[in-house]
Amino acid sequence: MEDIVSIASNNGEDIITKEVTLNMGPQHPSTHGVMHLVLRMQGEKIVKAEPDIGFLHRGMEKIAENLLYSQFVPYTDRLDYLSSMTNNLSYVMAVEKLIGLDIPERGKYIRVITSELSRISSHLLAVGAWGLDLGAVTLVLYAFREREMILDLFEMLCGARLTYNYMKIGGVRGDLPSGFKEKCRDFVQIFPKRVDEYEQLLTGNRIWLQRNKGVGVISAEDAVDLGLTGPSLRGSGVKWDIRKDTPYLVYDRFDFKVPAGGNGDCFDRYMVRVEEMRQASRIIAQALEQMPEGPVNADVPEFVSPPRRDITTNMEALIHHFKLISHGFKVPKGEVYSSIEAPKGELGFYIVSDGSERPFRVKIRAPSFVNLQSVDPMSRGAYFADVVAVISSLDPVFGEVDK
Amino acid sequence: MEEKDIEKELPAPHYSLLVKKIKDRFGGAILETTVFRGEVTHVVEKGALVEICRFLKQEPDLQFKFLSDVLGVDCRKSLACFEVVYHLYSIPNKNRLRIKVRVRENEAVPSVTPVWRSADFAERETFDMFGIVFNGHPNLKRIYMPLDWEGYPLRKDYPLTGYKDQYNPFGVEKV
Amino acid sequence: MGVTEGNVLFTTVDHIVSWGRRSALWPMTFGLACCAIEMIAAGCSRYDTDRFGIIFRASPRQSDVMIVAGTMTKKMAPAVKRLYAQMPEPKWVIAMGGCASAGGPFNTYSVVQGTDLVVPVDVYIPGCPPRPEALLYGFLQLQEKIKREMPSVFAKFKV
Repeated sequence: MEDIVSIASNNGEDIITKEVTLNMGPQHPSTHGVMHLVLRMQGEKIVKAEPDIGFLHRGMEKIAENLLYSQFVPYTDRLDYLSSMTNNLSYVMAVEKLIGLDIPERGKYIRVITSELSRISSHLLAVGAWGLDLGAVTLVLYAFREREMILDLFEMLCGARLTYNYMKIGGVRGDLPSGFKEKCRDFVQIFPKRVDEYEQLLTGNRIWLQRNKGVGVISAEDAVDLGLTGPSLRGSGVKWDIRKDTPYLVYDRFDFKVPAGGNGDCFDRYMVRVEEMRQASRIIAQALEQMPEGPVNADVPEFVSPPRRDITTNMEALIHHFKLISHGFKVPKGEVYSSIEAPKGELGFYIVSDGSERPFRVKIRAPSFVNLQSVDPMSRGAYFADVVAVISSLDPVFGEVDK
Repeated sequence: MEEKDIEKELPAPHYSLLVKKIKDRFGGAILETTVFRGEVTHVVEKGALVEICRFLKQEPDLQFKFLSDVLGVDCRKSLACFEVVYHLYSIPNKNRLRIKVRVRENEAVPSVTPVWRSADFAERETFDMFGIVFNGHPNLKRIYMPLDWEGYPLRKDYPLTGYKDQYNPFGVEKV
Repeated sequence: MGVTEGNVLFTTVDHIVSWGRRSALWPMTFGLACCAIEMIAAGCSRYDTDRFGIIFRASPRQSDVMIVAGTMTKKMAPAVKRLYAQMPEPKWVIAMGGCASAGGPFNTYSVVQGTDLVVPVDVYIPGCPPRPEALLYGFLQLQEKIKREMPSVFAKFKV
């Protein structure tokens, strides 16, 4: 590497600075996981920021090729571990598209409720950890208070706090337990007030503004060119939300806004996330209101195992369930790409089927992975301390970046 | 697929935009067109790839300004080649398109990084996992695996558990 | 302070040293994957590890315990080894979760099949991911282990 020497003048005396390379990570409290960022610095300014990833590469796509279609669902939990529900959803929707399966209304509503709750819990951690990185430690404690409430709801639903494995091909694991609806409604009622509390702590805070306003600016055109999606793209003013543009499940029945920023800086991305939390709780309230009664799973014995009650009482149902779990099901030959709006952006699954019980190829289009490319253009010319804000504003999760 | 079948599968504006327009312009370079579950796939000639991509991005009717993903598929058993797949999305038109290139082992594909900057990481990943070389990529090196890693993990002949070493006693014995 | 005031207490050096060691276990904020989120949750409002004198530190130089929270890959292993070497003695390692204990569900080409192949482990916590309560229990078990260690004997034989 060539040494670049810059000369600045300080009261007539020349200051000579040399370009230095600084390694940030792989173990650094502000990199949100295991990222190694190679920073080339000129004084305190960034010349180039190159992310070095792969420290959590677990070979998810290779695993998928070796499993039955239904067996891969629990692995998707471990991709973006802050919002496992949306990962489940994206994968099962891709498989359902491949086999041409439609699920009952109630199942769709449950899927919407759980994935929006997931979105809130993910954004809570994103904003909380962001505060932590920039020195506003209080926020993470506030955010975890509400996050625990959501995790309690999920625990009622499936018994797990983080890795749910709740959705299955053709529906969901089980209907909502008794008391879930009331508890969820209570949460949706309190939550917007809690968001106001976070905003009181941060939005007008002078330090927060100074650390985020005008930092990591990216224009709308660049953002699209770099493949940014989700809140990071909307912070630049591009109003693209898959829930609105190509609605899946029953998103077209809800009244919600897609917040967007104008400047494309870290502060806008923060505001988009905060507003999205409010909108998500609005969606949940509407979904709880509209949700019809009925079955949650599709009645297609070829792909979906019979209800639990039948399995324990009916011999044929038990045999059928056993066959489906141990042998899987054959899937038509073809290829599909299905994507949803995950908390981080467009989460897509591309599945190639060769007509057997196992996928021939599964490709995960992980939003964090693509979003991470923008670290370099966003932090060029900025100060070293701004890199922390830039990374936090992109909210990468390394389970998903590295797959 | 037959032209008639394609037209039957796709709704009105999609056929003329995603199939007819592209075929009229690059007739010879489009080797194959398929529609499955409403998704259009064009298999294109390797040499014309960048030109087609530039057209798709800049044509005012199409505006595929968003490259969602680049990936590889190991089809050496069925087609004796790798496939490189490009997923495109048009934000104003709200439609998707899939472009495919077939490439033999030890052949290179032209990089689309001059067209979309977002292809950078995705192409590096494809190189890392399949060993497909992208000509003209500014920084083509391994992205997930360590730089001194041997082999390409997502190729079908690579074992899932990898080879036996000090960190994985359950791996496959190397011959 | 009524009981201790003006009183004399007899104990062994071993006992008082291990009491000191186990009462302020400072783990390193070292999250690898999913388990790290539960580790953060354990440190936050509801579970609050501070009650046990467990305060997370950002630097290996200031920490006593390394929680290997998540899947360790072959690319990460050298970094973990180095972090372990950077920690001052005495030091302990907790392998949190299935992946850190034995590779978990990821028996693949890039994953280290257990932390003990890289650094010595004191406490294994099963679960995928373990609940924060499980992590707290792991810490209590580690405290129990330290209680039984005899620092003077260890120093003599350089174990």
